[in-house]
This record gives sequence, C-alpha cells and structure tokens, in this order.
Amino acid sequence: MKSFNSIVYTEIRESMRTKWFFLYSLIFGGAVITLYSLGITESQVLGFVGISRVLIIFIQLCLAILPIFILISTVRAVVGDRETHVLEYFLSMPISLRAYFWGKFLGKLLVVFIPTALALIGATLWGFIKGLEVALPSVFLYIVLLFSLIICFLGLGMFISSIVKKVEWALGLSFLIWLTQLLFIDVLLIGIMLKYQIKETLIVAVTLLNPLQVFRVASILVFDPEGSILGPSSYVILDSIGRTGFLVFSTIYPISIGFLLAILGYSIFRKGDLV
Amino acid sequence: MICLENVGKKFFKHHVLSKINLKLNSSDRIAIIGGNGAGKTTLFRCLLGHYTHQGNITIFGRNARRNRVELLKDVGFVPQIPPPIQMTVEELINFNLSISDTVTKDDIFSVASDLKLDILEHQKKPFFKFSGGMQQKLLIALALAKKPKLLVLDEPAANLDPYGREIFFERLQEIPKETIVLLTSHRVNEVKNFVNRVIEMDCGNVIGDQRFEVIK
Repeated sequence: MKSFNSIVYTEIRESMRTKWFFLYSLIFGGAVITLYSLGITESQVLGFVGISRVLIIFIQLCLAILPIFILISTVRAVVGDRETHVLEYFLSMPISLRAYFWGKFLGKLLVVFIPTALALIGATLWGFIKGLEVALPSVFLYIVLLFSLIICFLGLGMFISSIVKKVEWALGLSFLIWLTQLLFIDVLLIGIMLKYQIKETLIVAVTLLNPLQVFRVASILVFDPEGSILGPSSYVILDSIGRTGFLVFSTIYPISIGFLLAILGYSIFRKGDLV
Repeated sequence: MICLENVGKKFFKHHVLSKINLKLNSSDRIAIIGGNGAGKTTLFRCLLGHYTHQGNITIFGRNARRNRVELLKDVGFVPQIPPPIQMTVEELINFNLSISDTVTKDDIFSVASDLKLDILEHQKKPFFKFSGGMQQKLLIALALAKKPKLLVLDEPAANLDPYGREIFFERLQEIPKETIVLLTSHRVNEVKNFVNRVIEMDCGNVIGDQRFEVIK
C-alpha cells in the first residue's frame, strides 16, 4: 500500500508538471469562462437555455477533446517509462507490479477527472451567483457520465501502453481508435447499414457499442428526457430500455470497458518482459 | 547465495543468454566483463526480475521473478544509463525513503557527500537536469544507502570523473563483507583490486570464470 500511494502521488506530481496538464486545465477552465462571457446563457438553441445551454456545449467540448487528451497522456504511462529506462529503475525497487500499474491508473484518473469536474462545478456555482435556474441532479449526472467516459479511455490508454513497444506506435494506435470511434461508426457503418435497410434496432445497438456515442446520447438525455433532438433513434432507445435504463447503461458500460481493458493490459504487462 | 540454473533468454529467435549456470556466494565481489551484446545487462535484468527467462534463478532462496518485491528489498541497483526521472532530487530521495525501510536520509547524504555531491544545494532541481555524473552519483548514493545484501552495478562509474571513480571504489571497499556485489565494467584494471571473481561473457555464454584473492 505504501508503494501504491507513492506511485499515485508521484504520478499526480509528474502530470501536474507537464505542459499538457496546464493546457488541459486551461481548455476546460477557460471554456466555461468563455461560454459565460459570450453570453451563451442568454441564447436559446434547440430549446436549451441558461445553464443547460452552457453544460450542453461543455459536454460537446468534452466529447471532442477529452478522449484524445486522455489517450495521449495515458498511452505513455508504461511504454514511455519503458522506453526511457525509468521503468527499469523504478522496478528495481520493491514496488509490486500491481502497485505500479494501478497507481499510475489512479494518478491519471485523478489528474484528468478533477479539473473537468471542477470546471462543471464552477459553471454551476457561477449559475447560482447569476441567479440562473440550475438543475443540480443533471449536473451530478453529467459528472457521473464524465467519470465513466474518463475510466473508459484511461483503460484503453493503459491497455495500449502495455501492448506496444514504442511511444510512437502507442500514439498512432490511439489516434486510429479515436478517429474510428469518432467517425467510422457514425459516418460509415451507420450509412452502410441504412443503405441496406438493416433493422433500426440493430443499427442503434451497433451505434451504442461505441462509448463515445453512448456518452453523447446520454448527455443529451440528461437535459432532454424525450431525446427529441436525437430524432427517430430516441424512440428505439427509450422504447427499449427507457431513459433511466439508458442512463444506467451509459454509466456502467464505459466503466466496464475501461476496467476490462485495464485488467487485460495489466495481465499482459505482468506476464511479459517488464523493461 | 545466488543460483542460476540453465538460464536462457531469447528475443524472437535470437538467443541473448544461453544456458547460464552460476553460483554466486555470499561476500563474492564479481566483475562481469564482455563486449557489447555479450548479455551482461540481460543477465542483470533477469536477476532483477525484469525479464521472463528459461531456467531458474534463486536469490537468497527466493525466485527472482515470483518473489521480486520481497527480494528487491535486499537489492541495490545502479543502471548503466541514468534514466530521465522528472522528479526533483528531493522527491526522488523521499520516494526512495517511502519505498525502502532500510534507507535513511542521513545515509544518502553521507554517501553523496563522500562522492562530492552536495544534495542540499541541488535538492530542488529536477533529476533529469543534472549532469550525467551527478545523476550517477545520486543513484549510487541511493543504492549504497539501502545497505543491500546484493548490489547490482551496471557500469556504475561510466559517467564519473577520475576522482569520482576513485572515491566510488574506495566507498565500495567499505560495504559489509557479506554483501554480494555484481558489477559490469569495461575498465578491468579499475575493478581488479576490488573483485575476487571475474566472469567473462560473450554472445550470451559464460566463457570464463576466474577467482582470485583481492589485492588490498
């Protein structure tokens, strides 16, 4: 436990020293301030107004930036330390592989989650100060969804980091997976399935294999319980499992993927050559 | 005692170590010599539990890989190339103190001071911004301060200046007699007064194993 705590602490300290962390905090902290200063709370788009409007934009921003930020920073965790021989030195100390791997995981989780959650909480507080109507349960749900998304991509990052031998490969693979999730399933796969008139429930089911898509749909359903801006797919989703069921699924599914991938990564890491 | 039985390591089809059989006794001071690619570093990595391998390695009765955490409590290691650790010197020292029960701050400062490294002056500096020699001195101080039963030194003096090397080998003479010291060096003359055994490796094989009295 002592070595686990030391690894978590070290990971947090080292991440906070890096430029990406400042950029990351700046983007998320800055985004909220910018959204308010631009008067987004007064605008009304697709029925969303006030703090909801800010949060919707914030979530869209998270969707676009968060996964690739997590992947870029996490895929270096094992392979980066291996490449620079830092891993060789640290693993010559009495640190268990479990403490090392999961210590890194928890350290990264805290470093990524805390600024994002703080930005959301900051936005909510600002809303209170400005006298806007703030739906606290919705903010809480957003934080849970963000946590779930972060775990998913952290797991993926740790998995990639454990299986590749070079940082460049890890980064390349991360971009490929991210782009596939962002574009392929939406643009290509769904297009092809629609063209061949495949059953809509299957199309929606395949779409929801993608954790990014799950996050997107869930975050819309938080503020729009009818899912009206989702179009016909909302009927399929809501008729099948309902809003609550989908929100529960949106929380459990990405977390499960993340942990499964991280466990798989750990298993590969501990069985092979460590350095 | 360290026992290596039929230890082999291959990367894809290339054998880096071939059926190494060695017994290293308590108080042995061993220099492992050999050219580049002889298998010295690979052997060290197998000993430290970093590599999976064929055969069996037991160190003080424990398996090098399965019991690595317990085992590494008794091992001090200085790598050939100091890694670019981002921590400050102070953080690295505190990290070592938090991991190893046998290390004390006073011991680290004492060895470092012998090696003419003023830790207090540099403790806020990131480790990777140190010169190669200073990095190596700190890693040596951390390894020696641990008072290990096995000291694994991979080209420990490579980055040190002549004075630093001299002091380092003097300091090595002072470590407890029962400590097993394993070191690699390309300067055999430099270590000949310290070691009582020289193991020569070539292409992953042990091709020579000489024992002799240490000249004081």
